[in-house]
Amino acid sequence: MEKLEELKLVVSSSPHVRSDETIEKIMYTVILALLPAAGAGIYFFGINAATVIMLSILTAVACEALMQKAMGRRIAVKDGSAVLTGLLLAMNLPSNAPWWLVIIGSAFAIIIGKQIFGGLGFNIFNPALAARVFLLISWPVQMTTWPKPTPLLSKVSVDAVTGATPLGLLKSELLLKNNIGEAANISLIDMIIGNIGGSLGEVSAILLLLGGIFLIYRSYLSWHIPASFIGTVIIISGIFWIIDPARYASPLFHVVTGGLILGAFFMATDYVTSPITPKGMLLFGFGCGFITILIRLFGTYPEGVSFAILLMNMITPLIDKYVKPKLFGEVKKGA
Amino acid sequence: MIEGFKGGIHPDYSKDKTERLPIIDAKVPNRVVIPLSQHIGAPCEPIVKIGEELKKGQKIGEARGNVSAPVHSSISGKVAAIGKFPHPSGKDALSIVIESDGKDEWVKELIDRPDYLKLSPEELKKIINEAGIVGLGGATFPTHVKLSPPPEKKIRIVILNGAECEPYLTADHRLMVERPEEIVEGLRILMKILNVQYGYIGIETNKPDAISRLTEVVSKIPKEKASETYVERSGIEWPKDVEAGPNIRVIGLEVKYPQGAEKQLIKATLNREVPSGGLPMDVGVVVQNVGTASAIYNAVRYGRPLIDRITTVTGAITYPKNLRIRIGTLLSDLIEECGGFSEEPGKIIIGGPMMGIGQHSLNVPIIKGSSGILVLPKTVVTEKEFYDCIRCGACVRACPMGLMPNMLSIYGELRLVDNGKEYRPMDCIECGCCSYVCPSKRPIVHFIRYLKNELSIKRAKEKKEAVKA
Repeated sequence: MEKLEELKLVVSSSPHVRSDETIEKIMYTVILALLPAAGAGIYFFGINAATVIMLSILTAVACEALMQKAMGRRIAVKDGSAVLTGLLLAMNLPSNAPWWLVIIGSAFAIIIGKQIFGGLGFNIFNPALAARVFLLISWPVQMTTWPKPTPLLSKVSVDAVTGATPLGLLKSELLLKNNIGEAANISLIDMIIGNIGGSLGEVSAILLLLGGIFLIYRSYLSWHIPASFIGTVIIISGIFWIIDPARYASPLFHVVTGGLILGAFFMATDYVTSPITPKGMLLFGFGCGFITILIRLFGTYPEGVSFAILLMNMITPLIDKYVKPKLFGEVKKGA
Repeated sequence: MIEGFKGGIHPDYSKDKTERLPIIDAKVPNRVVIPLSQHIGAPCEPIVKIGEELKKGQKIGEARGNVSAPVHSSISGKVAAIGKFPHPSGKDALSIVIESDGKDEWVKELIDRPDYLKLSPEELKKIINEAGIVGLGGATFPTHVKLSPPPEKKIRIVILNGAECEPYLTADHRLMVERPEEIVEGLRILMKILNVQYGYIGIETNKPDAISRLTEVVSKIPKEKASETYVERSGIEWPKDVEAGPNIRVIGLEVKYPQGAEKQLIKATLNREVPSGGLPMDVGVVVQNVGTASAIYNAVRYGRPLIDRITTVTGAITYPKNLRIRIGTLLSDLIEECGGFSEEPGKIIIGGPMMGIGQHSLNVPIIKGSSGILVLPKTVVTEKEFYDCIRCGACVRACPMGLMPNMLSIYGELRLVDNGKEYRPMDCIECGCCSYVCPSKRPIVHFIRYLKNELSIKRAKEKKEAVKA
């Protein structure tokens, strides 16, 4: 038994076993869930979309590593969070965004949106959305020039044709004709599969939905935010649509166009910037939905998902402070 | 099956190595190290001298103070040393070392008292106290203290805890399968002491053999009619399916960790929540482990003090076993008895993997609360560095106490005790679910323990100052 005395044993605090869940696993699973929709973006908008995605991811990863090095932190780019931020930003950009715009945006997302606050876990705003809104306000022309979808194998030249997004069309028709006009004629099927103008990753509602359901199934995502976000949009847009269908688009139109599905499933649900309890999530989702539809129906911008989520990001700490889980045994004594 | 509590986790149970192995008596060791502190409360006073000849079952440590329990010699032999020796808690503790004389003789012959249920509650409690019985599930709270609630706390139900929700451990499981009569009789003694009419035995449904054995034994108890007026007077809503006799019920519980945590067990069994900061007696309940019930039966019927316990030796061990082990047997003896390590060990834990304590040496003795010896191989013990909280919320969903472990861990890490206090660290039962699920591998429970400790120190200081003023 002498040999046993030389044993080097690890002594640490319980528990002594851990699940095999890691940050990397979560991040790469979310990336996997986004890939079909990103692929649809490449299919509809061509090689430009692929370039934007690659450039955005590479910039994000490089900036993350540089910042971590500069700030004397552990280099943790392999956790996949920078890749995810890069991918999400790219999916929120038009496919014809110039290369410098992509680089500036992606660098902004990582440096200002995330690392300045202290890195993963500490940022207040969703980094990709913060960058998107920064770009939208700074370079509105480049950020709202939408190429028309040109499916990959068709022979139409890719770059030339641009046009409005369904939501953009809705807004301009309303201003010009005081009704929904041409927007009523957009094919529902095209809107669902993504054969419409828009940010390269937001167009395919159906593939985004599938990705979101996959994440819920794998329990990396809880249904609360997407359900209350989309539910609120459906209810409020539905009320206006019932009152005046000539002026207001149907709830279905609002759900499948713009960035709602992408935002509700993948952006608003960012762990770091959304509430942690189910009740808080429902509240957060409601706020997102409410602001989104308010902007879409009455604002100057045709789309409000990004603004809505960023505004709600600000309230997240407040929600978390007041909406706590029910403490076990928090009842009157002597029950 | 009964719907359980909120939260909890489903870790790999890893019980298959030992769940079918019968309990066997471990070799009587040549030497035992018996700590004088094997329970919650004041350590015992040694009452033997170096060189003194002892018999098995002889009292060697006298209880001191209100919350304490005596300890007994687990072998016959001679006192070799009294001093500080390694203790499973990690600290050295005053212990009595006894060298065996090889005879293994009882200090007095065991009695047989078949009419034990005719003893008065006071007599029964005295026997339990003298036998040194403490909660054998791991908490080691002196049993006789638990059985003496203040008069304003009327106890109406006794629950025996046979959940054994810790992964790897099968000691309670085997006891329930092999000695169900002892457990049921122990429960009847407890019910007699507390003058209650309803008893439950809660078992996770992954132990169907234990459930059926106990159900069978319970069905043979002569039926007693519960007085209905009593139920009405109690003012408590009883579970609908509890009727007059047999007034002991065996119930299957959801297989979920920590089903065996006292508060969660009560919630799952009776749908009552022990108030925050309160005790089971606040909802009229006393919970005891099934092993404790068996020890009570042996003490009351045969006059047998607590000198051994059943412990699962498992993990990276050549021959995993369920052993009846004399208190004070060293880990090194037990690992040798089980054929040594099957792989290079990285961690040796006394208790289970979720709440057990990591050991730094094999010179540590088995004590009353040691439900398992678990060897984790070096290959799986990877103490990785941890990362910042990404607010995924997994710990919040897993916490059976409805806490926000994420916030507690952040404040604990930053040593912000006052901020952490708002998130109720004192309600934490340290079950480890939060740390288990954390993708950032944060040692959440560790940080919460820090907060709890700091708050206790602060509270004690405030009390002292208040007394001075």
